[in-house]
Amino acid sequence: MTASDALPALGRRALDLLQRLGHSAFFFLDLLRNAPAALRRFYLVIAQVHAIGNYSLVIIAASGLAVGFVLALQGYYTLSRYGAAESLGLLVALSLVRELGPVVTGLLFAGRAGTSLTAEIGLMKAGEQLAAMEMMAVDPKSRVLAPRFVAGAISMPLLAAIFSAVGILGGYVVGVLMIGIDPGAFWSQMQSGVDVWDDVGNGIIKSVVFGVACTFIALYQGYEAEATPEGVSQATTRTVVISSLAVLGLDFVLTALMFSTPR
Amino acid sequence: MTHDALVAIDHVTFGYDRRVILSDVSMVFPRGKVIAIMGGSGCGKTTLLRLIGGVLTPQQGTITFDGAPVDPRDRESLYALRRRLGMLFQFGALFTDLTVYDNVAFPLREHTGLPEPMVRDLVLMKLNAVGLRGAAQLKPADLSGGMARRVALARAIALDPDLIMYDEPFAGLDPISLGVAANLIRRLNDATGATSLVVSHDVNECFLISDYVYVISGGRIVGRGTPAEVQSSDDPEVLQFIRGEPDGPVRFHYPAPGYADDLGLRA
Repeated sequence: MTASDALPALGRRALDLLQRLGHSAFFFLDLLRNAPAALRRFYLVIAQVHAIGNYSLVIIAASGLAVGFVLALQGYYTLSRYGAAESLGLLVALSLVRELGPVVTGLLFAGRAGTSLTAEIGLMKAGEQLAAMEMMAVDPKSRVLAPRFVAGAISMPLLAAIFSAVGILGGYVVGVLMIGIDPGAFWSQMQSGVDVWDDVGNGIIKSVVFGVACTFIALYQGYEAEATPEGVSQATTRTVVISSLAVLGLDFVLTALMFSTPR
Repeated sequence: MTHDALVAIDHVTFGYDRRVILSDVSMVFPRGKVIAIMGGSGCGKTTLLRLIGGVLTPQQGTITFDGAPVDPRDRESLYALRRRLGMLFQFGALFTDLTVYDNVAFPLREHTGLPEPMVRDLVLMKLNAVGLRGAAQLKPADLSGGMARRVALARAIALDPDLIMYDEPFAGLDPISLGVAANLIRRLNDATGATSLVVSHDVNECFLISDYVYVISGGRIVGRGTPAEVQSSDDPEVLQFIRGEPDGPVRFHYPAPGYADDLGLRA
């Protein structure tokens, strides 16, 4: 390819990318606009919280427990070098609440709930269900997408909280019951060292942002999926890839912002 | 005739990019009639339904529904129009997460705010009209193709629409289901006083149930009239279509270079 070919091709790609970004931004605004209507019909949201949240509980709890176990082992290894093994509870809690809880839950959420949302919406589109709704003068964005969007934004922080709580229990099992750290030190260091607003609050903000981002990406990919088996499969893959990158990217930005806030 | 028309299509042209789907099509659908639009696959029949439903915008020409123009940009009036319109999709397009009962109740619950006992009565009446009251608690996955389409029909008429549009209602049905479907279209039309628009390529059924027939080929109307008039047409394109001849004005072969050239037989 010569330079004279490459330049227009690059320009086309850039324009194409910008167009898709703009399109998805409008889609996001549509979801926000329809969110109040979904909140008014809260029974639709509850059904989706059940589908998105409850069915993700097992994988979230199991992962939280595993992460808690490993954190305690690795944390003990490092802390004991400095004679600070008593601080293990604090280390486990801060790691989970500030960072690992929201991020790992976000990644699991993209894989568990995001894919199922994309596939569901994509197949509804392929089966002309969304078109049928349109023709019945019912806006699918308000009836189908918005309740799922709100449910995702509600479920994600709850799942992240459960992840962190189970992780701390895992840390307790390994640190206190197996390694033999003093349980009083484990809990009291955690209690005095974890701040409700700075640590727990920031973790919750992160998880809400991840929930909104992952659900939006999953719904957008499903809604814009090509109405064929390959189209839906590609959209599902894109959901996982884009959501995971979005969670990691947003996490860096949010962490940087939160660290720079003056105390 | 025009003032009596529920839907009028006036010199409508539509296409994607350079491909023209419909060119300068004019049609009138009088109230209370069953109108069939026939034509081969990909001739623009379904596009026509989408234009009437305001899913697509014509490039030229206008479409009026009960005197008012169909304008996809005016969302509010478009949704008001769609409430007076029932559409049966080719494969039913039932909501697979809802039961048969909830599928039929869906438009009633979304649009009317009727108390649940009244919704129940209406749903059972609509399901009874298509003979599937007993299937109310089944899921769409448990239905045969013909049954699914009847449920979709019950859903399409739930709000007693003025216009019922059928997209290929006979495609892929066994002979019994096919007879049932044809019979239902005619009976529901006469019982409810609605106007029905049947898009299909099943020649016999269309002639049997419709009052007026349009034949489309290559984006143009090639034949129109009562079933008897169309059957006695001497237009070669109409004749090829209703007799189902493989070759004629519509070619059997997709445009291609010469056969001998393609096989390299001519140096």
